[in-house]
Amino acid sequence: MAEPRQRPRWLWPVLALPGTAWLLALFVAPLYVVLALLFGGIDPILRRPVPVWNPAQWDPSQFRYVLDHLTGSQGFFGPPLVRTAIYVGIARALCVLIAYPVAYYTARIADRRRGLLLAALIAPFWISYMMRMLAWVNLLQNDGLVNNVITLGGLWDTRVDWLGGHASVVVLGLVYGYVPYMILPLYAGLDRIPTEMLEAGRDLGASRFQTWRRVTWPMSRQAVLTAIVLTSLPMLGDYFTADLLSGNPSTSMVGNLINSAVLTPGQTGEAAAFVMLVLLVSLLPMAVYVRATRAGEEIRT
Amino acid sequence: MSARRSRWAAFRSAPFLATVTGLYLVWSLAPVLIAVLFSFNDGRSRTQWQGFSLRWYVSDPLRSVWNDPSLHTALVHTFRLGVVVTLITVPLGTLMALGLDRWRGRPPAAANFLVLLSFVLPEILLAVALLFVATTLTGTFFGDVVRLGTVGQVLGLVTYQLSYPVIIVRARLLTIGAHYEEAAVDLGASPVGAVRRILLPMTMPAILASAVLVFADVIDDFVLVRYLSGGSTTEPVAVKIYNTARAAPTPALNAVATLVLVASLLAVSLGYLAYRLLTRGEGGQTAGIDVFAGEA
Repeated sequence: MAEPRQRPRWLWPVLALPGTAWLLALFVAPLYVVLALLFGGIDPILRRPVPVWNPAQWDPSQFRYVLDHLTGSQGFFGPPLVRTAIYVGIARALCVLIAYPVAYYTARIADRRRGLLLAALIAPFWISYMMRMLAWVNLLQNDGLVNNVITLGGLWDTRVDWLGGHASVVVLGLVYGYVPYMILPLYAGLDRIPTEMLEAGRDLGASRFQTWRRVTWPMSRQAVLTAIVLTSLPMLGDYFTADLLSGNPSTSMVGNLINSAVLTPGQTGEAAAFVMLVLLVSLLPMAVYVRATRAGEEIRT
Repeated sequence: MSARRSRWAAFRSAPFLATVTGLYLVWSLAPVLIAVLFSFNDGRSRTQWQGFSLRWYVSDPLRSVWNDPSLHTALVHTFRLGVVVTLITVPLGTLMALGLDRWRGRPPAAANFLVLLSFVLPEILLAVALLFVATTLTGTFFGDVVRLGTVGQVLGLVTYQLSYPVIIVRARLLTIGAHYEEAAVDLGASPVGAVRRILLPMTMPAILASAVLVFADVIDDFVLVRYLSGGSTTEPVAVKIYNTARAAPTPALNAVATLVLVASLLAVSLGYLAYRLLTRGEGGQTAGIDVFAGEA
């Protein structure tokens, strides 16, 4: 039998080149521009940011300005950062509490109508985030459905100004917005667990709860971690949920800091600093995600 | 009798979990359905039902989606971005997936890492970075290419969406394996011919799936398109919603949002049906629905 013909080595790099070049030019390079602006200077006359490309000449004063105002009496950047951590932490916990049972039911128990159920669970994924927030603005506005229900149609004057700056409403918005992103990876993770493992647990005399605790939970922990990463990362940059459901500075998050700095001339350095802060905070969860994905690929190949 | 029993069997075996799931579905879908319902309201209110009409879609002479130029523009721009970005992203990503999957060594591993990074990076970071390129590097080549408006939006969205086709097509390539194209090459096909005649047709379901996903995701995008828009003529529907949701809008806003929603769900459903048709007989319990959950 003849030796299989050697395929040329150039073909695959050539195919991968355009996409890779695109990502280098429009993903990596722009992030470097942010660094160059953050550690760059400001034109003294035009008040325009001037990027400095050489890391050896970087000037940390803009970054230090932000760091200096994180804590203490001048610490006006601190509260939104703390708030972001709290909101995202609570929202993330609520997401797991909601998503895990739903994903478990769909993957393990629902049988006949599982396809339909999955479709309904996936639907919010393909409805624009803004549309879903608009739906809540409609419900929560002063003459909205929620107030109509709790005042029994105006019988009692128990109206609540839901959209006037309630932390709980913002957290609700975050949970509502991001929980679909958590259900799907959890479903995939639970669905992958071989049924034989669970049957073995049951056959050996474990109750359903014991089987869950000793078999399912350890085997789904990785999926939970991935799901948490996939929901937390977008929450870190979220400013529109707080804007639409509260619009009050008392609930602003780090995303709101970025957004207002971006839109204010002369605060480019601040915006760049916050972008870098979020990027630094995101690196660890992103590394967790990339590692988990790699491990999955190695098993599959 | 037996049919009824099996219909409730899942509920009976775990009533608590079934109730949680049911409540979750109501909570997640009802607000949106109510918002859709009020786009058909005959009155100005978005909370008091005043009868069914298509007033906010077509008949209102000033404020309906059809007659209000700002809503009209936003809708057209949304779909324009969806089509253009899909047409660029899918070929670029498919080629990249083919290349990365078969090319061995360090450079493809690094490129693959880049793809995953762009998939999980918070969107606002890319949006701010590209906005700064457009606004602070004016006069340089880079700053002139990435300019605010449709061009900047398309460049940003393609960058952000590129990981979709790469990840989905690669997952498909893993299940196909290498033996079909090896057989083709052994039978005398040129390497490019093997890609064109074997790999592309076999990955077609994944290419199609990523196309509808990219389209649906782009018409729903908000963060990138807002920062990279060059004024009101390049603001798509999501930005319109953000700008007017808190400023006493009419049900026409619900109407325009509903139109985008219908387009998005329609694209994904048709894509899913086509995917099922193309992968007929391949089995698999979820029948590829996981691909459509962005979970490949």
